Amino acid sequence: MIAFPWITVLTSVPIAGALVVLGIGGGVGERNKNLARGLALAFSFLALGLTLFLWHHFNSASGALQFQERYPWIPALGVEYRVGIDGLGLLMLLLTSIVVPIGMLASWQIQERVPLYFSLVLLLQACLFGTFTALNFFHWFIFWELSLIPAFFLIKLWGGPRRTSAATQFLVYTMVGSIALLLAFLAIFLATGKFDFIDLAGLAQNGQLMPAVVRNLGWHRFTPEHVALMIFAGAFLGFAVKVPLVPFHTWLPSAYSEAPTGTTILLTGAMSKMGLYGFLRILLPIFGAEMQQVLTPLLWLAVATIVLSAYAALVQKDLKRIFAYSSINHLGYCLLGIFAVLKFTGGDVALTAEKYAAMNGVLLQMFNHGLTAATLFWFVAMLEKRSGGLRGLNDFGGLRKVMPVFAGLMGIALFSSLGLPGLNGFVGEFLIFKGSFPLATWAAALSVFGLLATAIFILGILQRVFSGALNTTWAAMPDLTTGERLALAPAIGLMFALGLYPQWVLAVVNSTVMQMVQQLKF
Amino acid sequence: MMLAWTIYISFLGALALLLLPKGSATLARSLALLTTIVTFAITLTAFVQHRTGALLTVTQKSWIPSLGIEYHLAADGISLILLLLTGIIAIAGILFSWNIERRVQEFFAFYLLLIGAVYGVFLSYDLFLLFVFYEIVIIPKYFLIAIWGSTRREYGAMKLALYSFIGSAMVLVGLLAAYIVAGAKSMALEDLARFPFPLHFQMWAFPLVFVGFAILAGMWPFHTWAPTGHVAAPTAASMLLAGVVMKLGAYGCLRVAMTLFPLGLGPWGFHVLGLGSWRDVFALLAVIGIVYGALVALVQKDFKFVIGYSSISHMGFILLGLMTLNQLGLAGAVVQMFSHGVLAGLLFAVVGRMVYDRAHTRDLATLGPMNLNKAIPFAAVTFVVAGMASMGLPGFSGFVAELMILIGAWRAFPLFAVCVGIGIVAGVAYIWRAMQQAFFAEAGVEPTSMQPPLPPISIPERLGAILLIGASVAVGLYPQMLLNVILPALHSPLFDGLRKGSWQ
Amino acid sequence: MIAIFHAPLLQLALPEVIVVCAALLVLAMDILFLRTCRTRIRFAVAAAIASAGCAGAILRLLLAPEQANFLNGTLVANPLTHLVQIALLVLTILTLGISVDSTFTEHVGEFVLLLLIATVGMMFLVGSQDLLVIFISLELLSLSLYILTALDKRSARSSEAALKYFLFGGMSAAFLLFGFSLLYGFSHSTSLAEIASAIHAFHLGGSHIHGSQLNPLLAIAIVTTVIGFGFKVAAAPFHFWAPDVYEGAPAPSAAFIASGSKVASFFIFFQILVVGFAGAEGSAAWSRIVPGWVPALAIVAALSMLLGNLVAIVQRSARRLLAYSAIAHAGYMLLAMVAHTQQSFAALLYYVVTYALATLGAFGVVAVVEKQTGSDQLSNFDGLSRRAPVLSFCLFIFLLSLAGIPPLAGFFGKFYLFASVLAASSSLGLLWLVVLAIAMSAVSLYYYLQVLKRVYVASPAADVEKIQSPRLSRLVIVLLAGAVVLLGCAPHLLLRWILEAVRVAGL
Repeated sequence: MIAFPWITVLTSVPIAGALVVLGIGGGVGERNKNLARGLALAFSFLALGLTLFLWHHFNSASGALQFQERYPWIPALGVEYRVGIDGLGLLMLLLTSIVVPIGMLASWQIQERVPLYFSLVLLLQACLFGTFTALNFFHWFIFWELSLIPAFFLIKLWGGPRRTSAATQFLVYTMVGSIALLLAFLAIFLATGKFDFIDLAGLAQNGQLMPAVVRNLGWHRFTPEHVALMIFAGAFLGFAVKVPLVPFHTWLPSAYSEAPTGTTILLTGAMSKMGLYGFLRILLPIFGAEMQQVLTPLLWLAVATIVLSAYAALVQKDLKRIFAYSSINHLGYCLLGIFAVLKFTGGDVALTAEKYAAMNGVLLQMFNHGLTAATLFWFVAMLEKRSGGLRGLNDFGGLRKVMPVFAGLMGIALFSSLGLPGLNGFVGEFLIFKGSFPLATWAAALSVFGLLATAIFILGILQRVFSGALNTTWAAMPDLTTGERLALAPAIGLMFALGLYPQWVLAVVNSTVMQMVQQLKF
Repeated sequence: MMLAWTIYISFLGALALLLLPKGSATLARSLALLTTIVTFAITLTAFVQHRTGALLTVTQKSWIPSLGIEYHLAADGISLILLLLTGIIAIAGILFSWNIERRVQEFFAFYLLLIGAVYGVFLSYDLFLLFVFYEIVIIPKYFLIAIWGSTRREYGAMKLALYSFIGSAMVLVGLLAAYIVAGAKSMALEDLARFPFPLHFQMWAFPLVFVGFAILAGMWPFHTWAPTGHVAAPTAASMLLAGVVMKLGAYGCLRVAMTLFPLGLGPWGFHVLGLGSWRDVFALLAVIGIVYGALVALVQKDFKFVIGYSSISHMGFILLGLMTLNQLGLAGAVVQMFSHGVLAGLLFAVVGRMVYDRAHTRDLATLGPMNLNKAIPFAAVTFVVAGMASMGLPGFSGFVAELMILIGAWRAFPLFAVCVGIGIVAGVAYIWRAMQQAFFAEAGVEPTSMQPPLPPISIPERLGAILLIGASVAVGLYPQMLLNVILPALHSPLFDGLRKGSWQ
Repeated sequence: MIAIFHAPLLQLALPEVIVVCAALLVLAMDILFLRTCRTRIRFAVAAAIASAGCAGAILRLLLAPEQANFLNGTLVANPLTHLVQIALLVLTILTLGISVDSTFTEHVGEFVLLLLIATVGMMFLVGSQDLLVIFISLELLSLSLYILTALDKRSARSSEAALKYFLFGGMSAAFLLFGFSLLYGFSHSTSLAEIASAIHAFHLGGSHIHGSQLNPLLAIAIVTTVIGFGFKVAAAPFHFWAPDVYEGAPAPSAAFIASGSKVASFFIFFQILVVGFAGAEGSAAWSRIVPGWVPALAIVAALSMLLGNLVAIVQRSARRLLAYSAIAHAGYMLLAMVAHTQQSFAALLYYVVTYALATLGAFGVVAVVEKQTGSDQLSNFDGLSRRAPVLSFCLFIFLLSLAGIPPLAGFFGKFYLFASVLAASSSLGLLWLVVLAIAMSAVSLYYYLQVLKRVYVASPAADVEKIQSPRLSRLVIVLLAGAVVLLGCAPHLLLRWILEAVRVAGL
């Protein structure tokens, strides 16, 4: 069972799908397009099935890496093919597998070059799978970088009117971050001869990593602390851009709003998690000590991310831009939780429990945000489809009267995003705040302003779009079809399920979280 | 041993093409293709069979006994890789010149002559023989460009020929001097590499020979032949030029200059402008080449010039890798030779064959409104893939190579490594800019019906592109395939001097 | 008084005698029987007889090789002289081959006669180590060449060239004679070996403490000899006649002047200097220049290389281009004398022979083109590859061989020559000359490629038809091209003989 390369198979399913879908690209006509859509969806469901299979066979009692595969690859460079998942990885795989079909369904009405579109989506999925399972820097980085390409083209070729600049901005920001990351890891490799995340984490844990780096690099012009910090800064930049963290976020709103909505779903639902995953899998274990040194500035950044993005969302008029900023805001909570965990607590048992809570919250929030944001953008897509592309806050009004089901379901998703108890959003945020308050009180306290602003703009949406006088233009807007309702049902159901029974996820990740926190020996 | 037949078959193919009856273009093409496929098959077989990478003598016969010159062909891991590269590029080049209609037989005859000579250089173990093949390369190169080229072809061709010839003249002086100083008994590489040349001799002979070869490798500031030559050349010739001919220079630097005169890399004992040895000087020039090539590529208006300058930038990586003098850097340089060969070939194929032969312009501003990504999507996809690979996207060969070189450089010249980072960023930028402007520009006006639709991408082009992309991906995903043979070669006695000297 | 035995003398000179007989036979046949026939037939018969004569001489040299030194160097026979004489005879045959289809003259018999007489002059020149005989054979050769140059009576250029050649040639003869007389005065002998021993004795005699000081008399002799032979081999700055003669003379004559006479002149030049002036070499090594004939030659060589190559770039006529390239090649070959070792002598011989083959071939092609298009302007070569593919390919080989591109004979010649020059002086003292030579040969590629560019790249003018080349010329040209390729790929075929001969001759 373990011997079977499940993860490799899982990663290759979407790749195969991409090739197959691209392969039928020659023909034109509606049948061909439907074939491409159907095939792509089938492959994404296959991937979902495989992920569920893994979920089922995952030993949640253990925080160790499971389903590992390990083969030598480029011995000269210390590169191995090493993949494996723990609770974190599994959660991310599941999230990806859920978000991708949603994205596909939301882009069903795309008409131009359909096979190419769907094969790019599948390719993106493969890259995400790869990123979430790779344990060696080399091929992790392959997937990390490769994911940019489909994302870029999805924006560039199917995006809105200002797609070119949005796509380029997206690419340039991420690329600069990646190169900084690459240089940092090269320096580490040079000093240690290792590219393996787990090995490096082990070294860092024993406090051997940075001394080795400082010693072997021989940059004697700088003090050891500075060398360590410089390397950390390179790696940090790579992930901070991806999440994104204020002030590296400026690519995000335009990319999200210009991308076709189906793509935005992928970007926010799954790709934004790559950054957070990087924080958890790479920065935290390997650069824990450095992060702790600069904890206060980091916390400030997290607070700024939370608060500023929430207020920015407040003044936006475009639904997609609002959700884009709201995404930044939600991911900010995750960062807050992650940074708070780094607080030195001197082995205080009570605070360790808080750390567990915060960390659990972070993972839960990652999943929740993916689910909720994807669903919200999906609603936007449906709205756009009905309105012929309009999605301004002020373009609508009183829609509740003509499409009550739509309004109701989207309301649920909005409340989930707001963090209403009983829905999934609440649990994650609650755990994060529960953990962070004792650990980083001032930061958590300031972040509450973000919550406030979020509440305001969510309610604003409800009011302006669904309530009030009916905008007569949309008097004939159809409500959700049965098909759409059926498609939405699992997502909405999952929101309730997680809100009421978060244990379902927490059980899987808890051991991983405990292990992660324990590794941080501060 | 079959490897020697790569040379003979190519030359025989060229001869046969000349003797073919006139007017049988398809026959000529097929014959040329067949020839290159056979040679490629031979190199591939040798590569697969010869897993250890150690030196393998192909043939060794007395040639001019009175001068101690032998007809000695041999291959080690490094040459095997370059032979393989030559085989790949040769096939792809023919596939991409399937549409040549004018003087077909002569074209392919020159082409095969060039290929045969390139095989010869990579196989030669006797320096006289190496030099013979090295010079043979110049002539077909000149005619391929001058007859079948485009923009300012005669100027570009002549410049290229003269630069090459001046470079080889420098090499000849150095080799002659080495031959005489070593007692004029043998021109075999290993004999000369073993001979302890006096330090002061190496100090002038090394830069002479190195620069002589590096001219062909496009080292800044001797690179100016490269952009004009590449732009003027017909597609297949650009592919060969960037793909293998520039590698001849780099190969010579490593194989001849550095093994013969390892002490020339040592410190001078004094510093000029912070540079303390030829090694520093050449590393600096390489870095300048990387950054300069990338920056200049960023502002070009002609699509092909973008690729031409990008070659200079990438060749800078090779030279930098050589100058790191550590195992990773050197191995990286060899991998980069392969990688750049494949990718530059592919890029030139897209620009020269897929785009220029259809749109009849290479001006980026003019190409934009043609909406090429809809008109010839295959070209767009190929360019995107090739561009990504060339900018060092992981998963392609360029990444591994540049990664290794960067690691090596980081160890040897930390400051330069940072500059290289700038070069990489600029590399991303120019590929991106070219791609945007050429393929994905916002179509201001819908293509009018007046404009005839561009002919679709033909089967040979598709095959060629797939071959090259496949090669790049294969190396990118499993570089160990190359490293397995490179590393033993770098540990062979040939590089003893280098290892004992300044190897780190 | 030494008694002269005529029988051995005749036996020794039998090859030359055969050639002379053939020459006379040609003249007789032509004047007596063929006066009224068409030129083509007269040429064919004359060339056949002459070739037979040359072949006979070659056979004689091959079958009965003997070593002799007759009358203290007046007539010398050893493998080396045999080799060079064979080469000269082969070149003569080839020249005859490309001249068969010429139409420039009615005087067929005279033309062939003069050609053979010149050959005899060269053979004697090669086979002698005595100043007197050298001078006489040189004049025999020169006089024949003057007339050969003027033989195209319809062309004013031909006459002008001949006059120029004659004047310069006469002047050079005067210089030579003056130098020789000084040498005789210095050593009381015309034998090269004795002159050398006189110089040696002079140095040993202690009249000068340092060998670096030359006897003024000897210095003048050296200078005049160098000038005299400088004219002969067309080295700068004594080259003025060459472009005009190459351009004006009938093509076969020009080819002969450029090939055969070059071989003989270089051979004997080397002999005189190395054998005759042994002991007065001096040195041209960088940083250690000692007066003597070596530095003088080094300067001439450097000048020739520079001038020949640089001026050739701007030429518009194929023949003038070949003339300047000949000057440049003379410069390279003079390097061998600067080095003056056994190796460099062998290299010189190899070089001059292969050079002669390539030049002869190039002239052959030029002659064909000229005949069809009426002039040798480079523009007439436009698109030649479309009009005469085989000839173009041969020209391609000849010119690239001249440029020194492997695997052609010219490359190995250069390589070996430069290697031997470098090896001649300890610690690479002559490197500066070699660097200059190699740099200049890089320049030379430019103008050779210019010609080839016209042949292969340029489009032919619209109205021209295919070039009809005479079958025999074409055969000869193809043979020459084959030889150039063969000697380039397998230099040892010739080099083996040269080295052996040089070793036996013990220079």
